[in-house]
Formats: sequence, structure tokens, C-alpha cells
Amino acid sequence: MESPVPLNALFAILPESILVICACLLFIIEPFLPKNRRDLMGYFAMAALTLSGGSLVLLWGENISAFNGMIVIDLFALVFKTILLITSGLTILISIRYIKIEKIHLAEYYGLILFATVGMMFLPSTSDLLSFYLSLELMSIAFYILVAFMRKDPKSLEAGIKYFLTGILTSGLMLYAIALLYGLTGTTHLGSMKAFFASQNAPSILSNPMLLFALVLLVAGFGFKIAAVPFHMWAPDVYEGAPTPISAFLSIGSKLSVLSAMLRVFVFGLSGSYDDWWQILWVVAVLTMTLGNIAALVQTNFKRLLAYSSIAHAGYFLVGLLAKSEYGMAAIVIHSVAYLLMTAGAFTMVILACKQGDRGDQIQDLRGLGQEYPIVGVAFVLFALSLIGIPPTAGFIGKLFLFGAAIEGEFYWLAVIGVINSVISLYYYFKVATVMFMEEAPQGMSLSFSMPLKVGLLIMSSATLAIGLFPELLIQTAFASIQVLF
Amino acid sequence: MNTLFEFPILSLIVFLPLVGCLVLLLIQQENKKAIQQTAFGFSMVTFFVSLLLLLGFDASNVNLQFAETQSWIPTLGVSYSIGIDGISLLLILLATLITPIAILSSFSAVTEKTKAYYASILFLETSMLGVFMAMDLFLFYIFWEIMLVPMYFLIGIWGGGRRLYSAIKFFLFTLFGSLFMLLGILGVYFLNHNPEYGTGEFTFNLIDLYKMNLPLSFQIWLFLAFFLGFAIKVPMFPFHTWLPDAHTDAPTAGSVILAGVLLKMGTYGFVRFSLPLFPEASHAFVPMIVILSLIGIVYGAFLALAQKDIKRLVAYSSVSHLGFVMLGMFALNQHGLTGSLLQMINHGISTGALFLLVGMLYERRHTRLIADFKGLATPMPILAVFFAITMFSSIGLPGLNGFIGEFLILVGAFQYNKVYAGTAVIGVILGAAYMLWLFQRIILGPVDKPENKILQDLNAREIIYMVPLLLLMFWIGLYPKPFIEIMTPAANNTIRMVNRGVADQKQVHLSLEYPKDAVPIGKTAEALDKPQSQTRLN
Repeated sequence: MESPVPLNALFAILPESILVICACLLFIIEPFLPKNRRDLMGYFAMAALTLSGGSLVLLWGENISAFNGMIVIDLFALVFKTILLITSGLTILISIRYIKIEKIHLAEYYGLILFATVGMMFLPSTSDLLSFYLSLELMSIAFYILVAFMRKDPKSLEAGIKYFLTGILTSGLMLYAIALLYGLTGTTHLGSMKAFFASQNAPSILSNPMLLFALVLLVAGFGFKIAAVPFHMWAPDVYEGAPTPISAFLSIGSKLSVLSAMLRVFVFGLSGSYDDWWQILWVVAVLTMTLGNIAALVQTNFKRLLAYSSIAHAGYFLVGLLAKSEYGMAAIVIHSVAYLLMTAGAFTMVILACKQGDRGDQIQDLRGLGQEYPIVGVAFVLFALSLIGIPPTAGFIGKLFLFGAAIEGEFYWLAVIGVINSVISLYYYFKVATVMFMEEAPQGMSLSFSMPLKVGLLIMSSATLAIGLFPELLIQTAFASIQVLF
Repeated sequence: MNTLFEFPILSLIVFLPLVGCLVLLLIQQENKKAIQQTAFGFSMVTFFVSLLLLLGFDASNVNLQFAETQSWIPTLGVSYSIGIDGISLLLILLATLITPIAILSSFSAVTEKTKAYYASILFLETSMLGVFMAMDLFLFYIFWEIMLVPMYFLIGIWGGGRRLYSAIKFFLFTLFGSLFMLLGILGVYFLNHNPEYGTGEFTFNLIDLYKMNLPLSFQIWLFLAFFLGFAIKVPMFPFHTWLPDAHTDAPTAGSVILAGVLLKMGTYGFVRFSLPLFPEASHAFVPMIVILSLIGIVYGAFLALAQKDIKRLVAYSSVSHLGFVMLGMFALNQHGLTGSLLQMINHGISTGALFLLVGMLYERRHTRLIADFKGLATPMPILAVFFAITMFSSIGLPGLNGFIGEFLILVGAFQYNKVYAGTAVIGVILGAAYMLWLFQRIILGPVDKPENKILQDLNAREIIYMVPLLLLMFWIGLYPKPFIEIMTPAANNTIRMVNRGVADQKQVHLSLEYPKDAVPIGKTAEALDKPQSQTRLN
């Protein structure tokens, strides 16, 4: 019997609670800080994340079901919470100088990042469609504001409106899907849903068109959030307009957290109707990979390029999801870590090129960077290799698992399409590397370095390489964490 | 395995250049002299250490030698396993020899960003050596792929002409093939896990995977996946189009390494992976590969005839020569394979030397057009002599290395099919035509351009790095026995593996049709000896 002892439940949400309290503290502290000491807010947010991470260590290995089965703590949730905390931390590290340049140096910026992180961190923990929806909204509302944070910049405002409109549409679709599933199964709890679909008289899309409708809506809702084709239209505009660290945060944190919830819903909750949903996702995966990569070929704006690259990666993730095997799930966890490091790294290049009155987001803004700053250039090459999936980088291990999962699950064509897409992606990532190394730098080129950013870049590049060379620990953790899904 | 070498000599050889690459990064960019000397020093030390392998190598042993193994990613069954046999030994020596030569040839040619340049070359050497030693498919793939990055930058930064286009084209083509190979590797990996076909374990270890027994229907698809990876690298017709661009626009040292060693990675891949892993599919694909090779031989030669740029001409000659290598290999008999292995080394030596000579001309005149040169024998007699020797080696004049390889390949091809062997002979004739015609146009005749009259002949450094290659041409041409002895047991072993599972009738049938004493008329006595000396070795 589920006991309503709040202590256990409070323990389960300790990491999130810490972040909420610290975010509120940030708003209180701000007026008392002198203008020239505002950097401290960033470090305070970092401290909050570290503290939250420390509480994750306390939770490690626990298996808790709290709030009447709304929230679960298991290894899967903990691994994703760690990934999301790191995402948040890296976002703050690369923000500190940037928001001064863009003159948006306010406590709300950090506070909202922390709130978004709370929403994200709840997502992998959700074992009920209702808590899933709430977490999703918490994250999204924080993002609506963050995307439009540069309120004097029309592009940022446009991005904010676009993201808000598609976001509420998505929420509507999700709610509709949840309602339909509730009508079909009589529950919103994923565990009960799994049991329902495993039973003899479970409906299939042929016997009950309502299930088809629910599945399509669910795929559409998730598709919007992870930016999968044909629900991707918002992504390039939003990524381009948003403050660059927020673009990175959105493309990593939002995507990975929703993906983790997607695993819970599809692979765990709806595992019984796998035969009904894999075809829908197959088409989405192929479209996403192909369109993302082909559209990226012609981009001249680096942030838009990364937006399409991020769309393409959503497609690769779906390959792992489709396989619905241990390999596929482990692949998603491993590739999530790789994706976090390499995408944050690539966005850091845009931040480095940003100057007062110049967003620095054109590919041409990076010309000669590799010659003037070889270490930064080499770091970018590492990220590009990782994004393409060339060893010895983390991205290679991720792709190896994703394509391996496809082959093991006998999705041969999916693997072939994925491989061809990886070749296409080489062209546009290395187009940037070519600009960096083989074109002359403009007179007086300078980059917006700061100590936190250097630390962040060092973490991203060394971890990309280290995971590529010694992935054993990550692989073991990934395999251990996904056992709860089966 | 070897009492002489208890310490991990292979790892030392692989990672010495990488250490050199890191040491280079510590030197000040301004200190060009120190950078050059460090790079050359490290590559020479690597070469001398690799010579030690010859001391401990037991040619009669078909097993892996100097093998090292170390668990790396146990969850996946990945291990750091390296080892060599007669096939890889010579290729390793070729790589360790070509690299210092390439570095030495760059001292005056490369003046900008020297640190990154030499670091790239040393990094490239590590990856090449790794490819030839790796006995684990995962490890192999890593070395195979990281090779692309330094080569991309060598072409893109220090190249000429349309260097950006050529660099990305090289990268795209090769990555396309190797990603399909990755799918093939994964296919083998998962099939091996199925106890019906393999050992039932998750392992990337090649020795374990050799034990697999796959049905032909699987073998065919896997063979095709690996084929794409290797055939693009070789390159075989119709995947060769990246090669002329990459060769032409790469800096001299890049072309030398590309032609000398990198192309051999593809042919080596066929010998090491495709043939033993997919024996039945290899037999099934013989007609396709032989025909593609023949097209490559003849078409490459015709294209070479038509070129106006010397470097492009040499590049197309590579397409033709590698067609020979593939033809000999897929004759799937002992003579063909031995010849093919020897021809890999020969091509590395003679084409490497040709690129070096073209590089010398380019450095002096900043043009590579055939029309810009005439009568170079007058101002540059040493170059003329070197060029002549290299050219004869390339067209297979008896007494030089090219002849031995081509002859064995033709013997092997003849055993397989007379018509095919006959077609390949056309390639030999065309090869003589385009090289001799080139020689006539640039070396012979009176000097007609004033700027050519004052050209400096080779300096001491240039002579020093050409001489080892020229000596090897004569050595292999006049006394190939030590080389053939090293590779024959390994070659025979490969032939045995590719013939396992396939009925032995085919072999019997062949030997009935062409008995050993019926060697075609018109060959030299030396050539007559060759097949017999090998049978003795078996």
C-alpha cells in the first residue's frame, strides 16, 4: 500500500526543491547586489545546481514511488536528471559573459533557467500522464519567457511568440491525447496502462480507431517538443531568435527531457501496442533525419544550421526508440550524453563570436578562427566529428549504438538511411570547419572569452573525447538505467 | 609468443608518431628548424623500431606475431588487440619508410603553419599503422576513420588548386564507404552473437569472428557493405573519381602518403576482412570485381594518356595499377594474391617516388603542366636518371620491382581466366605508353623554354630521400625472395580461408586445366622459377 508519508516523497523531490528555493532566493538577492557584482548571481545559480547534484548523489540507487505514483525515482530518472543538470550548468557557464554583452543581465534570467530545469528534471521521473503534462508545462512556460528575453530585439520577440503559439498548440494536442488514452484505458498511470495493453482484449488501431487518433496526437505532441518533422517548423526561427545560450538550452535540455518522458510513455506505458505505433514513428524518423540534414546544407546562419542539425538528431534518437530493445534504449541514453556535449560545444562557438551589436551567428563570422585560436578550432573539429559520428568521439559511440540497435532490430533500411544522412551531415559541419581553418581571419579578430566559458569549453571538449575513448562506464550505466523500462 | 620482444613493440610503433605529434605542439611556431627536426626525428625512430620487427619475425609462422591484447570496452566485447602477420608486416614497413621521406620532402615545400603540418603527418602515420595492426574490428574502424581528419586538413590547408573542393570530396566519398562498412561490422557483430552462425558472444575480435559460418545470403550483404568501404578507398572503378582531385590538389607529401600507403588500406581491408570473413561471397563476387578491376586498369590507363597535368597523370596511373592489385587478389589463387600483395608494396614505392619527382618540379617551376617542360635532361641530369628508373619500375620493366608483381598477378589471372588476363595485358601496354610518352615530352628533347634552362638539379636532401626508394626498386626487382618469403605463408593462409566451405573441386579443376609445368611461353627463366620457389615454401 502506498503510504502518504511525506518525508519519503519530499526526499524524492529534494533536487528539484533545492532549485526552486534557490531560484526564489535569486529574485530576492538581486536588488541588494551592486551592479558590478551581478556575476555573483550566475555563480549562485551554479552553486544551486551543484547542491541539487549533490542531492542526486544521495538519491542514487534508490527506488521510490511518491505522490501516489505520480513521481518515481529510479536509475533511469536519476541518469537523465544528471544529464539535465549538467546541461543547465553548461548553459549558465556559457551565459555569464553573453548576457552582459546583450545587456540582459538580470536575476530573472538565471531564475528562469532554474525553473525550466525543475520542469525538465521532473519529466524523466513521471510515471503518470498528468504529472508528465504538469512538468512539461512548467518547463515550457519558463522557456517562453527565456526565448523572448532580449525584449529590445525584434527577432527574439518573434521567436518568443512563435514558440509560445506552437507550444500551447502542443499542450492542447497532448491533453487531447491524454484524454483519449484515459477514455480507452481508464487510467493515466503508465504502469496500469502497460498492464491494460498487455491484457488479452487490448485494442489495436484496426479494432479501435480511437487508439490510432490518440497515438497520432501523442506523436504530434512529442514531435513538436523534440522538433521532429513535420512538427519542426518553429525550431529554426526560435533557435535563431533566442539568446544563444537559451537556444543551446532549448535544443538540449528540452529535447532530452521530453525524449526521456517519451521513452517512459511509448516503451514502458504503450509497449503493448508497439505494433501500432512503430510505423508512425518510422515515417517520422526517416523524414526528420532526411529533411533536417538536407535543409542544413544551405544554411548560412550558424544557429539555423545547428537548429536543423538538432532536428536531424531528433531523427537519430527516434531510430533508437523504434528498435525498442535494450540496445536501442541504451543507445538513447548514451547518445543523449554525447548530444549534450557536442551541441553545447557547437553553440559555444556562436557565443564566442558574439560582440557588442553583432550577434556573431553567421558562419562567416567564424572565418579564420581556427588559425587565430587553434585550440578553439580543434575543439570545434572535435564537436563536428562527434556530431557526424566519427571516432574517437562520444557521438561515434552514440551512433554506433543507434545504428547497432537498428541492425539488431532488423530495421536495415532505417540504418542505411541513417548512414546516408550522416554522410550528408559531414558536408555542412565541415563547411564551418573549412571557414574556420581555410579562410583568412578579418583584421583584429577577437573572441568573447570569459573564465566560466573557458571552463565550460574545456569540460565539453575533454568529455567528448574521453567518452569516445573510454565509454565503458557510460555504457554500463546506460544498460543498468534502462532496465526499468521493460 | 616471441621471446625476443617481451615489451609491447607494436604499441610502441603505433604511438611513437602520436607522441611526436604532441611534442610538436609544445614547440614554438617560430622555431621552424626545431619543428622539422623533431618531426623527422620521430618518424625516423619509428622507422628504426619497426625494422626491429624483421629481427623477431618468423616468416614460417602463419599465426599472429607480436600480438598484444588488452580488454578495452568489456561490455561490448571490444579489446585493444593488435598483431601482425606477413601481410601487414611489409605494409607497416612501407608506412614507416614513406613517412620520413614525406617529411623530408616537405622541408622546403611547406613554409606556412609548419607545426600543424608536421603534426598532421605524424597523426596520419599513427592511424595508418593502427589500421595495419588492428585485430579488433572496433579498433580497426577507429584507426580507419581518424585517418580522414589529418588528410582532410593536409589537402585543405596546404594543398593547391581547388583544394577545398578536393578535400571535402575526399572526405565525403571515404566516409560514405566507411559508414556502410560500419553497418557491415555491426551486422557481423550481431550475427556472431547468434550461436547458429558464430561463437555466441559479443565480440569484435577478428580471430573469433573468423570462426563464423554464415549462410551465403547474409554473406552477400555483408560483403557488399565492406566492399563499399574498401572499394572507395582503393579506389576501384567506378568509385575512383575522388582520387585524381585529391592527388592533384594535395601537397606533395600528402600525395606521396596517399598513394604510397592510404590506398593500400583498401586493398589490405579486402585481404584481411572480406576474403576470410565472407569466403563464399568472395567467390560469388569474383566476376563483378574482376570486371571492375579490368575496367579500372584499361580506363585508368586511357585517362592517364589524356592528361595534361603530370600529377593527374600519375593519379590515373594509380587507378590502373590498383586495378591490377585487385585483379590478382580476386583471382583467389596463390600466385595472384602473392603478386597482389607484392604489387601493393611496389606501387607504394614507385608511385610515391613519381609524386616526389613531380613535387620537385613543382617546387622549382610552380607548374605541373606537361607542356611547360621539355628537355629537362639537360639542366637536371640526376632528376632525369631518377625519373627514368622510377618510370621503368612503374611500367614493369624486368629487373625492377614492378615486373615481379605484375607478372605474378598475370599468372594468377591467367589461371583464373585467359581472356581476363589478356585484357589486363592491354593495361600493361598502355601503362608503358603513357609513361614513356610523358618521359619523352618532359625529359627528352631540346630545352625550349628559357626558365627551364636555369633549373637547379636535385640537391643533397632530395637525393637522400630518393635513394632508398630507388634501391628498393632494384632490390625487389632483382632479388624478391625475402619479400615473397615473408608474405607467402600468410597469403596461403588467406587462400585456405577463402576456400574453406567452397568445394575444393574448383581448385582441382584449375590445376587440371593449367598444370604447373605449362607456364606460358616467352617468359624469362627467372620468372619460371617463381611459382616453383613458392610451392616449395608451402
